[in-house]
Amino acid sequence: MSEDILAGLAGIVNEVAGVPAEDVQLDKSFVDDLDVDSLSMVEVVMACEDKWGVKIPDSEVKNLKTVGDAVTYISANV
Amino acid sequence: MTRSVVVTGIGMTTPLGGDAPTTWAAALAGTPGGVRLGADWDPEQPAQIAALMRENPAEILKPVEVRRMDPSEQCAVIAAREAWADAGAPDIDPIRLGTVVASGIGGINSLISAYETLRDKGAARVSPHMVTMIMPNGPAAMVGIEVGARAGVHTPVSACASGAEAISYAAKMIEDGRADIVVAGGTEACINGVTMAGFGAMRALSTRNDDPATASRAYDMDRDGFVMGEGAGILILEEEEHARARGAKIYGRYGGAGLTSDGHHIAQPDPEGSGAARAITMAIEDAELSASDIIHVNAHATSTPQGDFAESVAIRKGLGGQADHAWVSATKSMTGHLLGGAGAVESIFAILALRDRLAPPSINIFNIDPAIELQVTKDGPVQLPAGDIAALNNSFGFGGHDVALVFKSV
Repeated sequence: MSEDILAGLAGIVNEVAGVPAEDVQLDKSFVDDLDVDSLSMVEVVMACEDKWGVKIPDSEVKNLKTVGDAVTYISANV
Repeated sequence: MTRSVVVTGIGMTTPLGGDAPTTWAAALAGTPGGVRLGADWDPEQPAQIAALMRENPAEILKPVEVRRMDPSEQCAVIAAREAWADAGAPDIDPIRLGTVVASGIGGINSLISAYETLRDKGAARVSPHMVTMIMPNGPAAMVGIEVGARAGVHTPVSACASGAEAISYAAKMIEDGRADIVVAGGTEACINGVTMAGFGAMRALSTRNDDPATASRAYDMDRDGFVMGEGAGILILEEEEHARARGAKIYGRYGGAGLTSDGHHIAQPDPEGSGAARAITMAIEDAELSASDIIHVNAHATSTPQGDFAESVAIRKGLGGQADHAWVSATKSMTGHLLGGAGAVESIFAILALRDRLAPPSINIFNIDPAIELQVTKDGPVQLPAGDIAALNNSFGFGGHDVALVFKSV
């Protein structure tokens, strides 16, 4: 399940921010490692919500520092 | 001390080609840019024709760039990259580097698609990039970030005179000492149902839908409006000593500008052409030339019945007797009307005409309007003389904006 979410998230980050999908690993920071800025993060969140039917409120987005944080949140809420 | 401005790089993406050399070669060959719009175009639209960019920016740029930039920004960035590389990617302190890029309409395609998203999916799905895709200064800002300009990024807006006004503003930045290099030009990409319906409602567009290649026919008796075009033109303007010190290739010299306004009507040209004529006179004076030095005119000449005539009156007033001798080219007959991009693309045409000593053709003149008392080029280019020569580029915009630019040969 987590592996599927990671793969899906990697595809989203690639599409939204142009980051190679293989660089999107659990320990990578969106901002520091993947150069996903706050605007692109909004797009990542929108795409995740559409893909998995989860709701990711703004109050939660600030806690999603790493790819792993996002995978954990989506896994727990999907 | 006077600071002179020269042109050291050019870039274009237009209905005639995806770069400057291709566009210019197609212009000299008299290539028509107008095409029939696709099968999905609303048959109720008065205009079924337009001059689409020959190379689609969305197929050139990275997907993430396409996602974050309006088409008007995309073509500006493509032209700017070409111009910057053409200038030799100059090594310059960023605080001495500026950008002035204009658009007449702005990112309306992105606004419309954002509205469709809002309507169909709700506010939570509107792109966080929407605002920077629709703002009129978006193309200037995107180009400024592309080259790292820190002397200032500006966007004069004056409808179809915007691109020319941008060049005059950029030159002023160099003359006044604010910058040594300015990336300058104009862009437009607004072919969509809303814009075309609006221009159509003004009866500004040609409805020669059965013959798109000949629909843009400035100075012809049967001209019936302009053909909407899209694309961008970008020039690298550089202080002359700066350019010479780095051994840059110099295409031509910026002479001067004249900017006036009609104070007459929001969309109609002043039939006396007095504002336009004053702009021409001011530009020639600013260039420290006399009317007899103007050997070539790249006219605004959009193919509207009133506009072409009013401009011809203005050219006669501005040039006096030289209007009998200067070769006037109506290149929108080929490119269509790039609105905010027009003044930049046509300034580049004027500079290349001086360099190559060839005034480009004005195609689709089957029966010249006898009211047009100008020496107009026809289907082929016309040889221009050797020696020091100068060219005039006119641009006028809804709102009564009149901008004339003068360029000199090197």
